[in-house]
Amino acid sequence: MKKSLPIGPIVVVVLAALYFVLPLIATLNFSLSMLRGVWSFEAYRVVFHDERFRSTFTFSVVAALCTIVLGALLIVPTAYWVRLKFPRMRPLVEFITLLPLVIPPIVLVFGYIRLYNSSSILPFTGSAMGTNVLLVLGYVVLSLPYMFRAVDTGMAAIDIRTLTEAAESLGAKRTTILFGVILPNVKAAVLSGAFLTFAIVMGEFVLASLLNRPAFGPYLALMGANRAYEPAALAVIAFAVTWVCMGMLQVFGSQTPGRRRSGRSLFRFARRANR
Amino acid sequence: MASVGDAAASEDQRATLADGASRRSFAWLGVAPFFAFALLFLIGPTVYLVFGAFQDPTGALTLQNIFDLFTPQIMAAYQISIEVSLASALFGALFGFFIAYAIVHGNLPTWVRPTVVTFSGVASNFAGIPLAFAFLATLGRLGLVTLFFRHALGINIYSYGFNLLSFSGLTITYLYFQIPLMVLIIAPALDGMKREWREAASVLGASRGQYWRMVALPVLAPSLLGCFLLLFANSFGAVATAYALTGSSLNIVPILLYAQIRGDVLYNPNLGYALAFGMIVITGCTNLLYLWLRARAERWQR
Repeated sequence: MKKSLPIGPIVVVVLAALYFVLPLIATLNFSLSMLRGVWSFEAYRVVFHDERFRSTFTFSVVAALCTIVLGALLIVPTAYWVRLKFPRMRPLVEFITLLPLVIPPIVLVFGYIRLYNSSSILPFTGSAMGTNVLLVLGYVVLSLPYMFRAVDTGMAAIDIRTLTEAAESLGAKRTTILFGVILPNVKAAVLSGAFLTFAIVMGEFVLASLLNRPAFGPYLALMGANRAYEPAALAVIAFAVTWVCMGMLQVFGSQTPGRRRSGRSLFRFARRANR
Repeated sequence: MASVGDAAASEDQRATLADGASRRSFAWLGVAPFFAFALLFLIGPTVYLVFGAFQDPTGALTLQNIFDLFTPQIMAAYQISIEVSLASALFGALFGFFIAYAIVHGNLPTWVRPTVVTFSGVASNFAGIPLAFAFLATLGRLGLVTLFFRHALGINIYSYGFNLLSFSGLTITYLYFQIPLMVLIIAPALDGMKREWREAASVLGASRGQYWRMVALPVLAPSLLGCFLLLFANSFGAVATAYALTGSSLNIVPILLYAQIRGDVLYNPNLGYALAFGMIVITGCTNLLYLWLRARAERWQR
């Protein structure tokens, strides 16, 4: 093997960096030049003072948190139970969780609108609260592929069978096993799924827009259609949110417990049981 | 459930499953919420649309909606959608492959790979409306790069026929999330390419070109094609970026469907179902092909 400088790869990476960094610089540059001739945070000031920004941002944060809690409550027990009792059903469950990548969100929400309108058996869209619930449920669907994959990988890394047996010999009930033993052990996996979900929900547009909910995505679209400098500031804020989520993902994703086989996870379990 | 039963379960899963009807009848309750949820909010709505595509407004079965898809307006929408998706998937796969190859086999400093992978994770999720804003600030009429070309080089890219609110503009914008996605999904396949193959090939006297043509590409082909299909489906369903970038000036299927849901622009709700059905068929086929190809590709990654 030659020890020369890898010129080709360097050129490729530098060109790629240019393509990916330039839009970010341009956006930042644009967001800072609202006042003619000087750099200023004027666009950000306007955005942060906009009542609609605060309300829509809060709405999306709450929606994202609800989605994460609901998604975790749905996925963790399912992934656990399937691994423990129905291992042969796992491909089917995995296939279903991957379906949201096949069915475009716009098709999904179209189905919701037609199926759950105010004259149907489940009139979700009949009231504002019902529509909010439907929106969160839709977000849970969108997060299924990421959530299930993260949690299922987390479950594969720990020895859930031994953990379950150990907990049962100590007389633990099903719910205790699930929330006191399994959940703490896959906490890192759940969190990494959660941060990805958060990033997705914060910028989501189609569902919120077609269900007429005052979320951050439709607000972005509205600003984009009517303003010049504020959208750039909003894009920088959105990018920052994504970065923070992905940063957290890296932090929590790297500390997956029980990677070193069951001995360590049992130790962890014992330690937790001591509390 | 008795703990003894679960101890037995660890001995032999199948024995327990076939053990007794009473135990099984409770065990399925554990997965019931998931299947109920999937049925209500994932499969149900989709099936409803698919059935709707084959019904007329009175509810009678018909193929008329499917035939109606073949009108110039809707066909043009599908054509542009497919073209944009093809172009962004093709270039995304190509550039993504080069970047992934550079970071995996390029002998670059060790910090490059984690940096690129982390950034790819962010960029592949930085889609939607903010992405459109970012590109308007870059390549829009007053964008940074546009102005740079005009003032520093004296070239007005817009007078050369470039327009961000067009086919080429949309493709360039989509590449911002397509390339990182490609990097993320092709890197494991490139990791699977063993150094020994290359050494074995060169020992047998193969040139660099022959190694690529006869060893590397045939092994990578299913992965590459599979990733291409995934990228295709990824951009085919994208709405928000295109909507924020072009409004309704570019007639692509998701935008048309969006307008249809908003205001029944086709004046026929069932034609809307057919439009959605067409989207499912296209993304469904590409994903099925992808799964099949991935299964083939994994044979080399053991």
